[in-house]
Amino acid sequence: MVAPVLVFAIGNESRGDDALGPALLRKLGVWLNSAEWKSMQSSAVQFELLEDFQLQIEHVMDMQDRKLVLFIDAGMDTPAPFSFYRVEASDEPVLYSHALAPEALIKVYEQFHRQPAPDAYVLCIRGEGFELGESLSPPAQTRLSSALEFTVQLLLEAETAAWDKLCTNE
Amino acid sequence: MSSLETAANPENLRRVAIDPVSRVEGHGKVTILLDDKNRVHQVRLHIVEFRGFEKFIQGRPYWEVPVMVQRLCGICPVSHHLAASKALDAIVGAKHLTPTAEKMRRLMHYGQILQSHALHFFHLCSPDLLFGFDSEVSKRNIVGVAEKYPETARRGILLRKYGQEVIRHTAGKRIHGTGSVPGGVNKSLSILERDELLKDIYQMVAWSREAVHMVKELHHKNPELYNSFGAFRANYMSIVGFDGSLDLYHGRLRARDENGTMLFDGVDYRNYTQLIEEEVKNWSYMKFPYLKSLGREKGWYRVGPMSRIQNCDFIPTPLAEIERREFIAYGGIMPMHAPLGYHWARMIEMLHAAEMIKDLLHDDDIIGKELVVTGERGFEGVGVIEAPRGTLIHHYRVDENDLVTMCNLIVSTTHNNQAMNEAVRRVAQQYLHGHEITEGLLNHIEVAVRAFDPCLSCATHALGKMPLEVEVLDEAGERLSFLSRTGDGVLG
Repeated sequence: MVAPVLVFAIGNESRGDDALGPALLRKLGVWLNSAEWKSMQSSAVQFELLEDFQLQIEHVMDMQDRKLVLFIDAGMDTPAPFSFYRVEASDEPVLYSHALAPEALIKVYEQFHRQPAPDAYVLCIRGEGFELGESLSPPAQTRLSSALEFTVQLLLEAETAAWDKLCTNE
Repeated sequence: MSSLETAANPENLRRVAIDPVSRVEGHGKVTILLDDKNRVHQVRLHIVEFRGFEKFIQGRPYWEVPVMVQRLCGICPVSHHLAASKALDAIVGAKHLTPTAEKMRRLMHYGQILQSHALHFFHLCSPDLLFGFDSEVSKRNIVGVAEKYPETARRGILLRKYGQEVIRHTAGKRIHGTGSVPGGVNKSLSILERDELLKDIYQMVAWSREAVHMVKELHHKNPELYNSFGAFRANYMSIVGFDGSLDLYHGRLRARDENGTMLFDGVDYRNYTQLIEEEVKNWSYMKFPYLKSLGREKGWYRVGPMSRIQNCDFIPTPLAEIERREFIAYGGIMPMHAPLGYHWARMIEMLHAAEMIKDLLHDDDIIGKELVVTGERGFEGVGVIEAPRGTLIHHYRVDENDLVTMCNLIVSTTHNNQAMNEAVRRVAQQYLHGHEITEGLLNHIEVAVRAFDPCLSCATHALGKMPLEVEVLDEAGERLSFLSRTGDGVLG
């Protein structure tokens, strides 16, 4: 049986702040194995942590049978420190590269599986530089800490209603 | 080389820029200079390539390199993983790998070819081919394909997923795999893993074969378009197996001229610097490689599926060989040069990859335990592989402290730089010359670029990037019109 909550980080660890997603996922993995987390968690909700460089069409299969999906990404024009929003299937997604936008992935999911997609959200952390060989910028490192706190809060109450209330684009 | 590379009087012309080209990895920009009657005078494809790879690698311990280079590209990390491993085999003195190691690497490579070709055809190109180059832009994407051709989209996703599973089982992880190491591999398949992959492979072979038939039918239905769109004549190069077969993992370098006549054959790829020179042009970040023996003007060449299928003597898997013969027969006595032929050739390679995976899964060496060999320590190594997009060269020097002191990479898209420029110029002449610029017409340019499946070594994907802008300027540099597509697909 698959874990009902999928946390999916997107990014390349060798390209500066593009590493924000994978870096947060690493920290989350440590946190989910900590005694502190186990003492805080009221229910036994299971989480699966996955990562990839980019979203691709086959990821619709990773989303199958989930209750909630959280995409963690880095953004260039995102308000600092991060934005958190619900993903809606886009009627007119236009694809610009080999990668898919979360909105397009949801639409492909619905057409591939012929059922509504799980409720999906994006946590997009603002980045500053995305060059090969660069490490996380100081502002990104600060945002990473606050994003971890926020993500823990999400996982403590992994329900659509609770996540909707935390959306930053109200 | 086309005369449209540099206009005689650029200051008197207006400029159209497609920036960046969509559905192409990384950043590409096309600039077109037109006169007041919309006649095309200059066309250039600018690739904003990051030339920092070599610096990124220098100073690192050599054993880290096969893992590290995967981060150069989010689209073909496995190709870099394997090309680096092949180069570094020479550093650890591994002249011949164990059968298990070589077959595991091949299995990983064919998994990569399968998933990459499936993604390109079903996701990136089928919208153009199935709906038309100037069809409604909002539907000309994978979502539109999934809506109108659900079975086609479904197969694309499952083929891609299968290739990724092959990579996961051979590389050990979904991404950042560690399966291939200098001197061999660090794992073989378990019986459980082999049996899991065997379950679906026959379906993958069947679907790949049908994909070849699908694109072949498109050629037969509309030969006027498919044979002439962006067509130009060029030399072509690839590695071929030691027996002349299509071999995407290992072999010798072979090149032919535009008539299919052999330019060289059986060349040890470790001597690539004796064959290839890279020219720098002041208007592009990406270099322009050419064959030294023919010089700058005549020595440029094409790489990738269409070159490979026409360069080899045969394909060593039966279903793909039948398709290769039909492809060659379709071209007649001369090689096929039309860029849309890349799609057909790419699907033949996908079928070959599926057949190779099937054969390898039935080979007991794949579950063997002899994984690594070593020998006399070396200090320089060259690894060449036929990556999904074409010939990929990795070259390293390592010092006594095991640190990389020199790194030179020539990626497939760089080999194709001049060829892509030529294709874009032909399309501009064929379709834009004398016409008002529309989104559909601009997409024709992009279709020509996409046929090569350029990958610009960019795994950065941050949300908000990748707008498409088209700007038309008059002789004085004033903006006359402007067309843009934003990251969320809005035309403005």
